[in-house]
Amino acid sequence: MTDRFMLNRRQLLKISAAGAALGLASASFPISRAFAAAATVGFIYVGPRDDYGYNQAHAEGAAALKGIEGITVVEEENVPETVDVQKTMESMINLDGASLIFPTSFGYFDPHMLAMCAKFPDVQFRHCGGMWDKAKHPMNAGSYFGYIGMGQYLNGVVAGHTSKSKKLGFVAAKPIPQVLLNINSFLLGARSVDPTITCQVIFTGEWSLAVKEAEATNALVDQGADVITCHVDSPKVVVETAAGRGAFVCGYHANQSPLAPEKYLTGAEWNWAKVYKMFVDDLTAGMPLPNFTRGGLADGFVKMSPLGPAVGEAARKQFDATLAEMMKGGFSVIKGPLKSNKGAVVATAGQAFAETAIELESMDYLVEGVVGSTA
Amino acid sequence: MDATEIGLWGVPLAILGGAIRVSTPFIFVSLGEAITERSGRINLGLEGTLVFGAMTAYAVAVMTNSPWLGLLAASAAGLCFGLFHGWICKFPKVNDIAIGIALMLFGSGLAFFFGKPFIKPKAPNLPAIPFGAWSDIPQVQAALDVNVLFLIGAALSLVLWWAFRNTRAGLIVRVVGDSSDAARAMGLNPNTVRLVATGVGGALAGIGGAYLSLYYPGSWTERISSGQGLMAVALVIFARWNPLGCFAAALLFGGAGALGPALQSVGVTQGYYLFYAAPYILTLIIMVATSSPTRSLAGAPGELSITK
Repeated sequence: MTDRFMLNRRQLLKISAAGAALGLASASFPISRAFAAAATVGFIYVGPRDDYGYNQAHAEGAAALKGIEGITVVEEENVPETVDVQKTMESMINLDGASLIFPTSFGYFDPHMLAMCAKFPDVQFRHCGGMWDKAKHPMNAGSYFGYIGMGQYLNGVVAGHTSKSKKLGFVAAKPIPQVLLNINSFLLGARSVDPTITCQVIFTGEWSLAVKEAEATNALVDQGADVITCHVDSPKVVVETAAGRGAFVCGYHANQSPLAPEKYLTGAEWNWAKVYKMFVDDLTAGMPLPNFTRGGLADGFVKMSPLGPAVGEAARKQFDATLAEMMKGGFSVIKGPLKSNKGAVVATAGQAFAETAIELESMDYLVEGVVGSTA
Repeated sequence: MDATEIGLWGVPLAILGGAIRVSTPFIFVSLGEAITERSGRINLGLEGTLVFGAMTAYAVAVMTNSPWLGLLAASAAGLCFGLFHGWICKFPKVNDIAIGIALMLFGSGLAFFFGKPFIKPKAPNLPAIPFGAWSDIPQVQAALDVNVLFLIGAALSLVLWWAFRNTRAGLIVRVVGDSSDAARAMGLNPNTVRLVATGVGGALAGIGGAYLSLYYPGSWTERISSGQGLMAVALVIFARWNPLGCFAAALLFGGAGALGPALQSVGVTQGYYLFYAAPYILTLIIMVATSSPTRSLAGAPGELSITK
């Protein structure tokens, strides 16, 4: 049977002719272009791709790349934040030939993604979140994130107008800077309507714990909160439970209005398609990829869900006005005088942190009016 | 303070409500496992059965628009998983714990595979009985909305407790669990009895899964379970293989699990990770308090591979 794999003279000629033609063809185009145009991009998700939340937002962004010629998208979902993600990255690089990888979950960065950066210096890694630091981390790594706190501020504006009990509820996963900024923004948005509003926060301790999120939502409603929002990976359970108890909800990550059409006010959504297209455009053009990518509502990184039927006229007006203000850029949610809920001054009078302020990415406090603790 | 604020009363109310809402999957899985273990086998695969049951119930409820058909399908699927475990374990030198772990992974994987198209659609929920209708405080009404499955679970634990002592079927399961030799001498086939016991255990675990996806939290996602199935298997040992104990332990776990969110909601916000560990700390304390260096675990079936 071995002669099946041996070449006779005629076949050899044919193959070498084809090879020569291919070589000529690629020589007549700029070679880097021909290389880059056939790039494989890898996406790794910590949960299921269709969770009405964090992972769905990323997967929708990845799906937007699938139409681009020459780009192959490889995806893997339900990858835990353990050594498993290293194996996934290795197989995407070695087996699928990925040259750009997006490990989308917070816990993938250290040590997993950093280990892979050292092992594969020719592959580009971009992590979703705020952890990349030029001084500490390699240059084939990087981070991208959106100023979604602005969206939570807008959520808060609508919530402030809608709430009758003047108590809002927030189901949060872990007290990391991005989550704290969202909680603070939500309350400050509501306080721009009525400065007596408070926001009760419950930390569940994990990104995805369906039963505990339902319990937390019930506990918030029991304590009189009548508008609920959240920062967990999949807001589905929170939205359905809150609406089932008769409370209004503001969404997060993706549009959850189909889950509670009557009770859904608005929501802060990611628009990752825009971000991923930017990276891929740079890749196909042969340009170096940026290491530090940030953007907000004005840049199209973040968008708002359409306002729901329960949103009143006054709320609609202030929402539109605030949104227009934000679209100009430079809007500050955190501005002095402002104290933390432990009484420490976090911004003095006249001090303001615009959405781009890097200090916000190391936030470790909850502002006055938030009932909750970071530890 | 107006009528919508109940302040500190929220904590005991949340524990009560949580005990009723969260405990039902624990009740069904642990009762199922109690039957299986009483017959002398351990089925660790019930976590997989629970997840598969949740998926099946949701999928069938979406397709037929009837939660009851979903419940039926979940218990049938659980029965198949249980029978499969029981059938493999009858062969010599097969380890029931290893098969259980394999089935746990298989059940979850299969559920994720078939469950993909059912994450988006919305299924009708199982009905609840409003035992709180006498009160005009909405929080009390919400806490006392009791699902029928909880009541069935409570009744079932009583029936099983009685049946293990007083019926022929109960005695057969117990003798097979305590001594295969004695059972064979009585003309019983231990493998058949264990096959049936594991099958029934699987069916109950499937019902527990249906509760998760069709009532509380009431939707199908791949993260629906967070380990309730495994915890329920441990509860059986904690409850000393006694169905009434299983019911009490499930209530305890449900109530203790509601403690963390409830305390945060009334402003006790420091150290919430510690409160979330409350059920496990409680388990440790009770296990230590009831253990003894001079006797073995009371009530343990003699044929169980962990006590042999």
